[in-house]
Amino acid sequence: MKRLINLAPSRGGRWMLGLLPFLIIALVYLSLSNARLAENPNDRLLPAPATMANTFFSMATEENQRTGQVVLWADTFASLERLLLGVAISALIGLFVGLANGGLPLVRAKFSPLVTVISLIPPMAILPILFIAFGTGEAAKIALIVIGVTPFLIRDLQGHALRLPDEQLIKAQTLGGNSWQVLIRVLLPQLTPRLLNATRLALGTAWLFLIAAEAIAAQEGLGYRIFLVRRYLSMDVILPYVAWITFLAFLLDQALARISRWAFPWYHAEEGDNP
Amino acid sequence: MSLLEAKRLEKHYGDHVVLERLDFRVDAGEFVTLVGASGCGKTTFLKMLLGTERISRGSLTLDERPIPDEPGPDRGVVFQKYSVFPHLTVLGNVMIAEELRQSRWLGKSFGAARRHARDKAMARIREVGLSDALGKYPHELSGGMQQRLAIAQALMMRPRILLLDEPFGALDPGIRQDMHELILRLWQDQQLTIFMITHDLKEAFALGTRLWVFDKLRHDPQAPQAYGATITYDLPIAQRQPPQDLKASLAERGLKTLTQETLL
Repeated sequence: MKRLINLAPSRGGRWMLGLLPFLIIALVYLSLSNARLAENPNDRLLPAPATMANTFFSMATEENQRTGQVVLWADTFASLERLLLGVAISALIGLFVGLANGGLPLVRAKFSPLVTVISLIPPMAILPILFIAFGTGEAAKIALIVIGVTPFLIRDLQGHALRLPDEQLIKAQTLGGNSWQVLIRVLLPQLTPRLLNATRLALGTAWLFLIAAEAIAAQEGLGYRIFLVRRYLSMDVILPYVAWITFLAFLLDQALARISRWAFPWYHAEEGDNP
Repeated sequence: MSLLEAKRLEKHYGDHVVLERLDFRVDAGEFVTLVGASGCGKTTFLKMLLGTERISRGSLTLDERPIPDEPGPDRGVVFQKYSVFPHLTVLGNVMIAEELRQSRWLGKSFGAARRHARDKAMARIREVGLSDALGKYPHELSGGMQQRLAIAQALMMRPRILLLDEPFGALDPGIRQDMHELILRLWQDQQLTIFMITHDLKEAFALGTRLWVFDKLRHDPQAPQAYGATITYDLPIAQRQPPQDLKASLAERGLKTLTQETLL
């Protein structure tokens, strides 16, 4: 008998083992839902899969009578726009500040303590300030994402820049590079793949802030919808929406991962995470 | 006029004296090999030449001018590892030297300038025998090929002195032999002046025209940090084998293990 640490499942077996927990959760849900529905056919807490599918389908196809929009797509586009704008702004700021902080000791001495302190502020605690400052429109929601995500990106990139071997910076100088050239030809290209991967990790946080901001003040959006229908205990809307958000998050994550692998093969070889 | 000259050169870290009493002249075209026990200040000395460590006392001049306290294109370097840029291909790694010269703001060349940089880089790459690996990234190269690349890169600048910090320390014996031939050929063809740190006394004799042994002459058991290392032997190497009496006298000093490892 081999040791447990040496036992690995075969390729097919890995799929089966990976699916198993999902199947068990589905079965548990079905049995609980059936039990409740048998007692009370109008029960709203654990709707049957068919009910959820119907509701989701109608939200994805039927126009809202008041606004004339298809609810699901209007929500999705509104949320994605906020999320992507917020994350893109964070990534840009993160890259530039991280590059300057990581590459220039004089800048780092000035800004590094500030970034550390800002990153410790719980962003949700200053959400009221954002609403007061930016109003309850799009700006406040995007600002919340930016404030929540940027410090993390800056710190990650700065750390990565500092971990790059000094030998590379010295080598670039012996090749005649000035400070600016070292920043844009040695540090920047090596921080870019790191930024993609840090952004992947930060997406979860960005979704959290997006939903939170939408829950408090919005006219449309995935988070807004969930918190709106909560009042009517509409689990048949909430559960598919959660699944839909999860699916969108998964797609974004995979897209970033693919882009990174395709554009920066050397980065992934170095980090040792081959597919 | 000598190329490099040191007068009463010293290096301290606070009370800790690392190097002391360094006096030497090195002429253009010499190949100096540096040996000595670990932690005796060889690398510190190389860093002073490179400009990443400040001089504490005395003077160190290159072409009669004090060595600046930051790295520059007049001093090329090859480290044991991390010498090449992981995000550039073989061609990119060598071309970048010319590109940095051509384009102050972008550090990247286009059009005719780029072709010129490419041709120049190709010549260097051919010299080290990497013409078949132009499009490969460093992680796809073996250790020996990475060091060849680092040498080609350093030679793009035509440096006044070339500093090698145990460049072949991590390589297999067979590959080392190839690298020795390469570095000797480049040294002769291009009239380089080379400083090379090595742990291998055989290598030091095989390559150098001059051998420096770094060691402490004075030792105070009560205050081990009070005295630093200096160049205890400065030997012109005529023959390619260490003479018997050197072996014996090295063995008497703290270098016993080193010589035993590499020679006996």
